[in-house]
Amino acid sequence: MAHDPAVTSATHIPAREPLAPEHEHLGAVALEVRHLTAGYPGFPPAIEDINLRVPVGELVGLIGPNGAGKSTLFKAILGLVHPTAGQALAFGVPVREARDRIAYMPQVEEVDWDFPVSVLDVVLMGRYRAFRPFQRWTRADREASMAALERTQLAQFAQRQVGQLSGGQRRRVLMARAIARGARLLLLDEPFAGLDAAVQHDLVQILDGLAAEGKAILVATHDLSCVANSCDEAICLNRRVIAAGPSAEVLTAEVLTTTFQRHLLTVPRTDIMQFVTSPGVAGVGGED
Amino acid sequence: MEALATWLFDPYQFEFMRRALLVLAITSVVGGVVGTFVVHKGMAFSGDALAHSTLAGVSIAFVAGMNVSIGALIAAVVTALGISWTRERARVSYDTAIGILFVAMFSLGVLVISTRTTYTPDLFSFVFGDILGVSRSDVIAAAVLAGALLLFVGACYRQLLFVAFDPAMARTVGVRARFFEYALLVMIAVAVVVALKAIGIVLVNAMLIIPAATASLVSSRFQRIMGLSVVLAFIASVSGLHLSYHAGVAASPAIVLSGCTLFIAGLGWRRWRGRPTRPVEARAAA
Repeated sequence: MAHDPAVTSATHIPAREPLAPEHEHLGAVALEVRHLTAGYPGFPPAIEDINLRVPVGELVGLIGPNGAGKSTLFKAILGLVHPTAGQALAFGVPVREARDRIAYMPQVEEVDWDFPVSVLDVVLMGRYRAFRPFQRWTRADREASMAALERTQLAQFAQRQVGQLSGGQRRRVLMARAIARGARLLLLDEPFAGLDAAVQHDLVQILDGLAAEGKAILVATHDLSCVANSCDEAICLNRRVIAAGPSAEVLTAEVLTTTFQRHLLTVPRTDIMQFVTSPGVAGVGGED
Repeated sequence: MEALATWLFDPYQFEFMRRALLVLAITSVVGGVVGTFVVHKGMAFSGDALAHSTLAGVSIAFVAGMNVSIGALIAAVVTALGISWTRERARVSYDTAIGILFVAMFSLGVLVISTRTTYTPDLFSFVFGDILGVSRSDVIAAAVLAGALLLFVGACYRQLLFVAFDPAMARTVGVRARFFEYALLVMIAVAVVVALKAIGIVLVNAMLIIPAATASLVSSRFQRIMGLSVVLAFIASVSGLHLSYHAGVAASPAIVLSGCTLFIAGLGWRRWRGRPTRPVEARAAA
C-alpha cells in the first residue's frame, strides 16, 4: 500500500525548534530505509517495501498493532534479520558501516534479567566499539555510563543486580545503555510498554532532550497518545507503511483504522484516544 | 591437631595422590570459569551432551591405539560445532540439536566398544573416572588445555559476557556473536576433556554445574561467581579425594557428592541471609 496522500504532507514542518547551529553539521537524514522487505524463512514477509526517513534532531514514532512488523523492521535495519530486498542507510552509508553511530534498545523481554550483572555492567556494554584482546573499560567509558544513568535517574542503582529492578527501571537501564553509546541515531523498541503515565512522561522528556541535542530517534510503540503528543513525526506500520509525516497530520481516524484494522474513536479535547471494537469485529477494545 | 594434619597431608606422600590433587586443581579452575557461563547461559544440557559424546572419540582412539584424550577432544569439539551447525541448518531448537548429536555420538562410542570381545578396563576408567590412575602426561595435557582456555577467556571476556547476556544487542554493536557462541561450546568441550580422566564421562558435567550453581546462590556478580566457583570446586575436589582415600570409596562420586553438599549448604546460606525479592523501586519508595 502506498502512502496515502490525504494524510501525508509533502512539506514537513518539524514540531521542535530548529537544531542549534553547533549541531547543523550532522546533516539532514540520520536513517533512510529504501524498499526494505524482510521476514522469516517459510513465512510471508513480515515487512514489505518499507520506505522511511528519520531526520536528525527529530523524535519519530513508529506505530502499529502487534504483529505489524515493528520489531522486525528494527532487526532488518540492524542486520539481525536478513532483508530479502532493499537496504537501510545510516548517515548515508550502510548500517553495518555506521555501527558506532547507532544505538539499539531491544524490547525488555528479550534480555535475560536473571543474569548476574550489575546495572552499570549493562550500561557499559553500550560503550563497546571494536574487538581488542584483553580490553578493559576505560575511565571515559565509566563516566559516560554513569552520566547516562544520572540522566535516566538510575545512578543510585548502579551496583544493583539488574534482576532486582522494577519493569520501568529495566526499560530505563536499556535506554541508559543506548544513551551511553553516544550514538546519533537511536532505535528504541517499545520503551513505553507497560509504564504508567508519569514514568512515560519522564522517558519522553529524556527523549526530547536527546532530540534537541541533534540525535535522531525512532521509537516503536503501541501508544497512540504518546506519539500524538510527543513525536515530531509518525510512521504508521502494518506490514507496509500506511502513512508517514507530521504526527498531527498522520494520526487521523482513517489512517489509524487502516493501521489497526479496526474502528478508532478519537476524543480530541482531552487528547486521549481509545479503541472501541466495531460491531462484528472480534477482539477486546484495549488490545492493540 | 596432629591427627587432623595427618588426615590432611598423609595421602600426599604418594606420587599418584599429588598428581590427583594437581589435576583436580586444574579441573576446578576450568570447571569454575566455564561452568559460570554454562549455568548462566542455560547450557547445562550441552555440558552433559559433550561429555557423553566423548565416548565416541575415546573408544575409536582406544581401538585404533591412538591417544585417548586427543580422541575425546576431537569428538567433543566436533559435537560442539555439529550442535550449532545442525541448529542453524535444520532449524530445530537448541536442545533438539543437542539431543540428536548427543545420542549419535554416544551410540557410536557404544557401537565401537561392542566390537571388542575382551573386557577393557582402561576404557571404563574414562566412563567412571580414574583419579588415581592419572599419569604425568595426563596432567601436562590438562594444564596445556586449561592454559589455552584461560588465555582465550581472558582475551575475549567482554565479548563472551556480552554474547551470554544479550546476543542480539552484541551483534548490533559489532561483536561476532556467532563466533563466540561456537566458542562457548568449544570451551565446554575443552573443559570436559580436561576433567574427563579424573571424573569420568558420566559425572564430568557436575564439575561445570555444581560449583557455579552454588556460587550463584551467594553472589550476583559474574566475576565473583566465577572466582567463587573455582574455590568451591577445589574444596569439593579435596573433600572428595580425602573421603575416597580414608573411606576407601570411589573418588569421582565422592567429589560430586561433596559438591552437592556444598550446594545444599549454599541453599541454607541463602535462606539465612535472605536475598532481596522485591524490586528496589518498591523499597526505595517505602
